[in-house]
Amino acid sequence: MSSVSLPAGIEPSGPRPRHVTATRIGIYAFLLIAALFFLIPLIVMIMTSMKSMSEIRGGNIFALPMQPTLDYWVKAWSSACTGRDCYGLAPGFFNSVKITVLSVPVSIVIAMINGYALSFWRFRGSELMFAILLFGAFVPFQVLVYPIIFGLSRVGLFGTLPGIVIVHTIFGMPILTLLFRNFFASLPVELFKAARVDGAGFWRIFFSVMLPMSVPITIVAVILQVTGIWNDFIFGLVFAGRENMPMTVQLNNIVRTSTGTVEYSTNMAATVLTGAVPLIVYFVSGKWFVRGIAAGAVKG
Amino acid sequence: MSTSVEIKDLSLNYGTVTVLDRLNLEVGKGEFIVLLGPSGCGKSTLLNCIAGLLDISAGQIFISGKNVTWDEPKDRGIGMVFQSYALYPQMTVEKNMSFGLRVAGMPKPEVDARVKRAAEILQLESLLQRKPVELSGGQRQRVAIGRALVRDVDVFLFDEPLSNLDAKLRNDLRVEIKRLHHRLKNTMIYVTHDQIEAMTLADRIAIMKNGVIQQLADPHTIYNKPTNLFVAGFIGSPSMNFIRGDLTGGALNIDGASIPLANYEFKAPMNGAAVLGVRPEHVVVGEEAQKMPFQVESEIEIVEPMGADTIAWTKLGGQSLTFRADAEVRLVPGQKVLIGFDPGRGSVFNGESGERI
Repeated sequence: MSSVSLPAGIEPSGPRPRHVTATRIGIYAFLLIAALFFLIPLIVMIMTSMKSMSEIRGGNIFALPMQPTLDYWVKAWSSACTGRDCYGLAPGFFNSVKITVLSVPVSIVIAMINGYALSFWRFRGSELMFAILLFGAFVPFQVLVYPIIFGLSRVGLFGTLPGIVIVHTIFGMPILTLLFRNFFASLPVELFKAARVDGAGFWRIFFSVMLPMSVPITIVAVILQVTGIWNDFIFGLVFAGRENMPMTVQLNNIVRTSTGTVEYSTNMAATVLTGAVPLIVYFVSGKWFVRGIAAGAVKG
Repeated sequence: MSTSVEIKDLSLNYGTVTVLDRLNLEVGKGEFIVLLGPSGCGKSTLLNCIAGLLDISAGQIFISGKNVTWDEPKDRGIGMVFQSYALYPQMTVEKNMSFGLRVAGMPKPEVDARVKRAAEILQLESLLQRKPVELSGGQRQRVAIGRALVRDVDVFLFDEPLSNLDAKLRNDLRVEIKRLHHRLKNTMIYVTHDQIEAMTLADRIAIMKNGVIQQLADPHTIYNKPTNLFVAGFIGSPSMNFIRGDLTGGALNIDGASIPLANYEFKAPMNGAAVLGVRPEHVVVGEEAQKMPFQVESEIEIVEPMGADTIAWTKLGGQSLTFRADAEVRLVPGQKVLIGFDPGRGSVFNGESGERI
């Protein structure tokens, strides 16, 4: 850059003038195109959901709806058929809410205590415990489906709400414990020592000192768990039972139920509705979400 | 003076690594002991053992006559101040200081009275409602001291409390700690790697290396009569000159010179390889050198003006020698000067074992 020759009479002074360079334009153009590319499916889905079936059959998928209508959204929500029943997605939505609202706090509280104990209260074999927990993160969960069905049905929890909550708690445990352990490990150990000299015990240190400091990482954990549990399909299908089928399973049923023509508009509306919760979570908490991914990745 | 802290045959091993090796230490009541040593010498580990924050492998710890070897930190009658302050970030200064008392379930009026007293001593009254992030480093460390103060303990443990502060603040707070000790007269055990802190604060200094106390003595003895080469080289800046030679017939023979050691008080006379240690400030130059038992002509190599004085580098019998001269004495590299010192003020070490002889 030093080879730029200045016009006579101009002495460099103060902030360097900023120029729009070709590199900059290129970067923004690329980012814009990439953003559009990833937005296309969503846009097409939303547009299609507002079109009538005849318009879909006749037209181009990128064309704007000629007579936009929300009828299919209403139908998807309240009267689309999921197998034999025709109550739409609404029951599934409330089932998903129930499952998420119960599983998220339970799994996070347990993981938080795990992480706290593993980073500060080193006991004989605590490293091994942690290694086993971590190993759990790499076991394909399909392998465990049958044993868990067997176990849960023995205690009478198979196909119940507590059953699915337990399953989500178990499968969230490795990654959440890792998240919290790494967070607590990043805190100065002297803080823990000071609290011990002050006479605080396991729970007192946890509630008075550690918990107030864990708000950021807890937000991250909530985001991870809400999106993870909401998007889950297989556990809901297998363990939740007929009464508690989550939204994702209901969505699948709507899309698969084919009596006569496939009603794309309804399917699209139902899909967007199901994806809305994680989508909103991402939009609202983008910064925290990225931080969570980074927190899980660095430091072992 | 009765004993406040007594450590008997304390060992700590991590697997096969020995951090502390059968260590014995007795600290008198009201005494200010400094544990000094390079990083990794086990001084902080020893402090953590005394506090009960580390499980020891062998030995016993007594505090105020009570065997506390298996006691929880809170039951040992100690207060501890950490290098990183370790203040609870979500609590105000007041809550930070009172946390230990609240955990113990002390009645509120008593808690308030103690916090008030500590805040007065440490001049923290106006900061009581602030959070730690709103405090400067020096204030934070004062709060950390206050947290130990309110607990009304017999023994204060300091783990490098000033190492995170800048130079000026460190000097100020050092004086404050000294003042605090004069006022409270508690037993204090203070870990540092800073020899100035050790020399200025301590009643006695314990110099540690590889988990073993090398010398335990008052600062004057440590400085003037170091027990081995490690202690001699560790204390003092610029460090002590070591002149290697051959000890025969009460004189140290080096390349081209013989240093008479007639007025040196030998513990046990010997012949053979020896090292003479001479403090840079004990070497004089010019007219004063003529009065010294040992004099030699030498050439100045490098001069470092420090303001208050000047450090000059020269050679003696082919070995490097530094000396401290008055800032008014003009010294330039290449200059030939007469230097001299009194070998009797130095320290002689066995050339093989490094022990003082």
